[in-house]
Amino acid sequence: MLLYFVFVLGIGFALKRFMKTSKDFFQAGRALPAWICGLAFISANLGAQEVIGMGASGAKYGIATSHFYWIGAIPAMIFVGIFMMPFYYGSKARSVPEFLRLRFDEKTRALNACSFAVMTVFSSGISMYAMARLIQTLHVFDYIFISAGLPLGWIFHLSIILSAIIVLGYIFLGGLTSAIYNEVLQFFLIIAGFLPLVIIGLRNVGGWSGLKASLPQAYTHSWQGMTHANTNPLGVEWFGLAMGLGFVLSFGYWCTDFLVIQTAMATDSEENARRVPLIAAIPKMFFPFLVILPGLLAIAAVTPHAVTVQHTDASGAIVRETTIPTQAEAEGKGLVPAKTNPLTGKIMLDASGKPLLDYDLAIPSMLLHYFPTGILGLGLTALLASFMSGMAGNVTAFNTVWTYDLYQSYIKKGATDAHYLAMGRWATVGGILLSMVTAYAASNFNNIMDTLQLVFSFVNAPLFATFLLGMFWKRTTSNGAFSGLISGTVAAILHHGLSLPIEAHPGIHGGWIAVLHHYPSDMAQNFWTAIWAFGTNFVVTIIVSMFGKARAESELVGLVYSLTPKPEMGHLPWWRRPEALAVLLIVMVVGLNVIFR
Amino acid sequence: MNLDLRIPMGLMFTLVGLILSVFGLMTMGDTMYVKSGGLNANLDWGIVLLIFGGTMFLLGRAGQKKALSAPPKKAEPGTGPETVRRGH
Repeated sequence: MLLYFVFVLGIGFALKRFMKTSKDFFQAGRALPAWICGLAFISANLGAQEVIGMGASGAKYGIATSHFYWIGAIPAMIFVGIFMMPFYYGSKARSVPEFLRLRFDEKTRALNACSFAVMTVFSSGISMYAMARLIQTLHVFDYIFISAGLPLGWIFHLSIILSAIIVLGYIFLGGLTSAIYNEVLQFFLIIAGFLPLVIIGLRNVGGWSGLKASLPQAYTHSWQGMTHANTNPLGVEWFGLAMGLGFVLSFGYWCTDFLVIQTAMATDSEENARRVPLIAAIPKMFFPFLVILPGLLAIAAVTPHAVTVQHTDASGAIVRETTIPTQAEAEGKGLVPAKTNPLTGKIMLDASGKPLLDYDLAIPSMLLHYFPTGILGLGLTALLASFMSGMAGNVTAFNTVWTYDLYQSYIKKGATDAHYLAMGRWATVGGILLSMVTAYAASNFNNIMDTLQLVFSFVNAPLFATFLLGMFWKRTTSNGAFSGLISGTVAAILHHGLSLPIEAHPGIHGGWIAVLHHYPSDMAQNFWTAIWAFGTNFVVTIIVSMFGKARAESELVGLVYSLTPKPEMGHLPWWRRPEALAVLLIVMVVGLNVIFR
Repeated sequence: MNLDLRIPMGLMFTLVGLILSVFGLMTMGDTMYVKSGGLNANLDWGIVLLIFGGTMFLLGRAGQKKALSAPPKKAEPGTGPETVRRGH
């Protein structure tokens, strides 16, 4: 683990000498190879929510979780690569909000830049908090702390400070290049740590067929019962899934979030920028086997009970070791322990008296159960790496948007490049400090994480409609885009306030205005909120645009699809063009869906 | 960019692989491997990582040698023949 940290910071130092201009720092000099950016593209997204959350959903819902990949990511990644990247890269915009200024106007950009900056800081803070909590729950450092005579309560503080220093260190020194390099490193580390887990876990339950035999049928089929919301574990019907997750949410994320777009914009040519999301889609397609499968394996495994191991030691004496699981482990299902109340230490029960399962611990407890000393260190490092890559992506996106879109545009215009470079470095420090504040706020107020994520979903849900219309309809006006964004967010808030998932109390889960509609699950509600927000934004933008005056066509060249010459790919053989890769990807993803239907 | 990522990455995985496999060799037959179903996970995975890291390192070295011996690349990205950018 120590070795990893040394390398991480080493890369920062090695890259420091190349960081001479703000372009080097914020855009990696636009000179990185496509495969590196491609891996960083998915690694930036591979944060805390991804590894822990997908493992948890795998344990809770089964293989249907893979919809988040095969429906909820791949099509959007293909779209951004083929259709949208030429505008981002070709328009010479340095960030997504800056593209909005070129296409629309200052107010649209300011709105997007502000909400995005706030969001990145909070997300990285949440990553930090989740990591510190996990380290605390797993008791991995307890031994070191006890032998050093330190109170155990300090583990939380130490984890936060340590992760902050490491991420700060390598971004401060090497900027986006360093963040991208480290994201690639983390990508391989995550594979190195989780692949053996899947192999050992699968061996233990008797391979894929053994896994299938020990689980309810719905767990290993992703499309079964999708015609109606009540007949599948997700509680969503196919339309809500395809439209809400597959279109609005995933396109909104992969096509407009600067967190991932920035890595593609760091490549050396437009052609490679288009290739980045496509290259990223290949490993992304197989990630379910790495992060969802452990969740399934955890549920399928035998619930721990007292085991006695007998062996003969060097002197010939027979030694018996008995391992007794904790109450939480014994009450759980498979390797997923029951949820305990953090204050009383008692097991939490649901309404019918059965213990609630703490699905978030599915992957961590798999690691602890199957890995012997040695490789366990690697597995835990991989887990930490995933948290840090999520944090780092947020921090670099924050410092770029802050410096270019807020500081340079509204606070101090026309300063020297060196000034902005320094600003970017200090923005990194500021961003990480704010993240730490968020992490502590999250530990003091239980609901703050859920509330924040809810607010983000209101702001993000309508975004894609604005980009779609802006890029593909030249009549779209800036007033239309702005009012569309606002009304889309309002629609999301209203929809959330008027609907409620069944078995939930009005409040944070919705229904705080009045309950007009019940959804079978919170996921269904979430998808439909997005659909409403997108629809409202789409319609309002069109109506307002019709009343306004469109910008001159000459101003929109390079920003709107119909006015921009198609990217010239004639010099490449057909199989090297991004389109060929896209077709291959579609075939593969359809194939995967058919196999696991 | 003058630093090929494959070199530090290869080095790191080679070292990790080395540590794991040596540790695996030393603890061969230890009771802790009951956990992983009788598999010496340290030794096996250490060797896999060693091979992966070594390959990465060698590829990176070869790539860097090639870059050094090749004539200097185009000065300004975006002006080369393979990056025809139209429309503005």
